[in-house]
Amino acid sequence: MTFNPETAAIRFGTGLSPVHAPPASVDEMLSQLAGPDKMAERFTISTFAQIEGVMETVRVLNKTRRNDPSKGAEIKQQISRLRKRARLQQIKGLQANMARGMYTEDGFRERLVRFWADHFTVKGKNSLWRTAVAPFVEEAIRPNITGSFAEILKAATFHPMMLMFLDQVNSVGPNSVVAVRNPKRGINENLAREVLELHTLGVDGAYSQTDVYELAKLFSGLTYRRKGGFTYVPRMAEPGPETVLGKSYGGYIQDLFHVTDFLDDLAVHPDTARHLARKLVVHFVSDDPDEAYVAHVASAYRVSGGDLMATYRAMLTHDAAWAMPSTKVKQPIDFVISSLRALDLKDQRFTDLNWKKIRTLVVAPMGLMGQMWENPTGPDGWAEAAEHWITPQGLAARIGWAMTVPLLLRPKLPEPVRLAQTALGGRLSPALLRACGESDDKTDGVGLVFASPEFQRN
Amino acid sequence: MSISRRKLLQRAGILGCSAAASPLLTPMSFAALPSDNRLVVIILRGGMDGLDVVQPYGDAALKDLRPTLKFGEAAGAADLDGFFSLHKGLSGLMPLWAKGELAFAHAASTPYRDKRSHFDGQDLLEAGLGMDGLGRVRDGWLNRMLAVMPGGDPHTGFAIGREEMLVLTGGVPVSNWSPDTHLNLSEQSRRLLQRLYHDDPLFNASVSEAIELAEVLEPEMVGDGASGDDAAMMQQQMMASLRGGAHKRVAEFAANRLIEDTRVAAFSINGWDTHNNQGRALKGGLSRLQDTILILQQQLGDIWGKTAVLAMTEFGRTARENGTRGTDHGTGGAMLLAGGAIAGGKVFGAWPGLAEADLYQGRDLRPVMDVRDVSAAVMQAVFGLDQTLLEGAIFPGLDMNGGLKFTL
Repeated sequence: MTFNPETAAIRFGTGLSPVHAPPASVDEMLSQLAGPDKMAERFTISTFAQIEGVMETVRVLNKTRRNDPSKGAEIKQQISRLRKRARLQQIKGLQANMARGMYTEDGFRERLVRFWADHFTVKGKNSLWRTAVAPFVEEAIRPNITGSFAEILKAATFHPMMLMFLDQVNSVGPNSVVAVRNPKRGINENLAREVLELHTLGVDGAYSQTDVYELAKLFSGLTYRRKGGFTYVPRMAEPGPETVLGKSYGGYIQDLFHVTDFLDDLAVHPDTARHLARKLVVHFVSDDPDEAYVAHVASAYRVSGGDLMATYRAMLTHDAAWAMPSTKVKQPIDFVISSLRALDLKDQRFTDLNWKKIRTLVVAPMGLMGQMWENPTGPDGWAEAAEHWITPQGLAARIGWAMTVPLLLRPKLPEPVRLAQTALGGRLSPALLRACGESDDKTDGVGLVFASPEFQRN
Repeated sequence: MSISRRKLLQRAGILGCSAAASPLLTPMSFAALPSDNRLVVIILRGGMDGLDVVQPYGDAALKDLRPTLKFGEAAGAADLDGFFSLHKGLSGLMPLWAKGELAFAHAASTPYRDKRSHFDGQDLLEAGLGMDGLGRVRDGWLNRMLAVMPGGDPHTGFAIGREEMLVLTGGVPVSNWSPDTHLNLSEQSRRLLQRLYHDDPLFNASVSEAIELAEVLEPEMVGDGASGDDAAMMQQQMMASLRGGAHKRVAEFAANRLIEDTRVAAFSINGWDTHNNQGRALKGGLSRLQDTILILQQQLGDIWGKTAVLAMTEFGRTARENGTRGTDHGTGGAMLLAGGAIAGGKVFGAWPGLAEADLYQGRDLRPVMDVRDVSAAVMQAVFGLDQTLLEGAIFPGLDMNGGLKFTL
C-alpha cells in the first residue's frame, strides 16, 4: 500500500475540504512542514508576555487594595474585568487553533502541534495561569516540532508554564544555600518524575525512584521569576554531583548546563526513542500498532539522534501508515475542526463568532464529548483508545453536536450527499449514502454525515 | 495511556456490543438482583494524602515529618478516637461518624509499589490485581463482581461521569452516562443512525446504550425532533453543562439511579495531587468528597441504610512533607467508608507507626493492609459474597484472612 491523498488529509491532517486540496505526496507534506508557518501568522494567539502583563497588573492592584481598603470594591471590579478579558483570550486561542485547522493546507503541522502539546501537557492552576496554556504551546511547542527532540524537551521543560504546573518553581536542593538558611524548604519531585515517566523514557523505561529523586536534585535551581521569566538560580540548587540513570552530572559549580547536558542525554536514550515512536504511531495510525512499525520509527529516531523530521518521515514512509484500516477515532477537537472544515465555513463568519457562541457551540459540547479544552485530568493528557471516546455519553454528545451546530454556524447548509462526498471521498459507504438520501431533513442529513463512523474514524 | 488499559478497553468495547444488540429494555422490565443493598465506589484520582485527611495526631513523629502542614486541633480537625483526627474539610461528615455510618481504613494500599506512577497505580487499583497484573489489565474488579452475581441487568452496574471507569468495565454489560448528557433525536434520525452504526461494533454498542438510557432517563425528550427547538434546547443544555458543581450533579444522578434498579455505582473525584501548598490544594477535593457523601445520604433516604460507599485512591503520599509545603507520591494511604451498611465509627488498621524505621523505604507510610481486603470485606458484608469467589474470580490471589471485618 502506498501514499493516498485522502488518508494523508484525514489520518495525518485536519480532514478533507471542498476548497483545500489534500497533500499530493509525503515529500509535499514534509516540505510544507519545513516551510513557513503560515497559519500562525494568519490566526494569532496571545503571548506569554501579555499574560504576564495582566498578572503583574492584578498583583499591583491587589497590593493597592491591601494598602487602601477604601478602594476595595472598585479595584475588585477592575480585577474581575481583567480576569474576564483573560478568559476571553483563552477562548480566542481555541478559536485561532480551530481556524488554523479549518483553513490550512499544512494540516500535518496542526496535528503535530496538538500531539506535542498533549505530550507535554500543562494545566493552569488559577484563572490567569489557565490562559497561559495556549501561549505555552505557541512559544515552547509550535516552533520546535521540526527540530530535534532535545530542543522541544528543553523548551517545554524550562517554560514557566511547565515549571509552575509541575511545581518546580519552589523546589530547592536540601543542601542548597537557600535550604541551609531555611530548612523548611526542599525538594519537590513532581517535574522530575513526569519528565522521566511521561516525557521521555515512559513508565516502563529503565529508571527507579532513586533516579527520580536524584533528578529532582539536579533540577533544583530551575525556577521562574516574575520579571525575568525562566531562570536558573544556583542558590536554590543542590551542590552536585547527582547520578541519574547511571551517569554523574554537576559538581562544585551549580549551572544550567548540567541540566541541559542531562536532557540532551535523555533525549537520545533508547527508551525515549521507543516511547516516542510508539506514541506517534498510536496517535496517528493505530491504537494497537504493529511492533515492527514502532521499531522502524524508533530506529529512525535513534539513527538520526532524535531528529523529528527524520522520525516523521519514517512514520509516513512505512506501508502501515497507509495500509492500516481506520480503527482510531478522532479526538473531539479534531472531530469538530474536520467537520467545520468540510462545511467550508467562511473565514470571516467563523472568526467573528463571539466568545459566548464558542463556549456554547464548541467548548461545552467538546466537554461532553470528554475533552474539556486545555483541562485534561492529569499530566498524561488525552487518551488515545477509540473505546475511551466512543462511550454512550461521548457518542451522544457527538451526535447532538452534529445534528444541531452545523445549522447554527452555517444557516445555508450544503446538500448532505454532496457534503458526504466532499468530507469522505473514497471512504463514503453505501449505507451513509442511502441514509442521506432517506433523511427528509437537511439538518439531520448533515448530522448523519458527521455522526457516521467513517467520518469519526481516522 | 498504558498499553494495558488500551487493550482492556478494546476488549470491553467488543464485548459490550453483544449486550447492546439485545432488544431495547423498558424501565418496567429490569430485574433486580437478589440483594436490596447498594455499593458505591468512588475513585479518588491523583493520590490522596491519607495522613492529612485522617491525621494520626497521636503519633509523636508526625510533627517532625510535617513541620509546616497543620493537623489535629491546631488545624481545626475533629478528634475521631483520641489518636486520629479528621481534616476540617470533611467536618461536615462528623454526624455520620457519631452515628457509626463513617469509617476509615488506614495505612492501606494496592499492591502497586515503587515507581509511583498515577496511571499504573490507577490501573492496578481499578483492575484489582497484584503487581504482576501490570500490563495484563483486562477488566475492573467491580465488573468481575457483577459477573459472579446472577440476576442483574445492564442497569445494575452504572458508571457515571464523562470519563471512563475502568473499575466497572469488563464482560458484564453495565450502563455509562453523564448527568449533563442529553440525546434528543427525531424518530427518523434514530432509525437511520442505528442502521449507519450497524456494522461498527463500537459505535453500535454505544449508540444502542445511549438511546436506551435516554429513553429511561428523559422519556419526555424522545422522538419529537423539531429542529428549531432542538437548537435552542441544545444551547441551554450546553450552558448548563458548564456550570460549576458537576460533582453534585453526579452524586444526585447516582442517588437517583440507586433508588431505582442500580445496585453498584462508580464514579471519580479528581484533584488530590497535592505536591505544592497542600493546605490550600487539598480543599477542593475534600469539599467535593464531602458534598458527594452528604448528597448520597440525603437523597437516598431509607436506602442509605442499605448502602456502603467506598472511596479509594491509587496511592498515599510521602510521610514527610516535601520542600514546597506539599507531599510527593507515596505508598500507604487511607480509604473512606460510609453508609448505613457500614459498622463505622472506627479507623480500621493496625497502625504501622511513623518513626524512621517504620516508614516504607524510609519515605512513605508503610501499608498494613491491601485495599482489596477492605473492598472484599465490604462486598462480603453488602452482597454476602463467598470468600472463595472474592479470593478467586474477583481478586485473584488475594488472601482475606487479614481479619478485617465489617458487618451490616
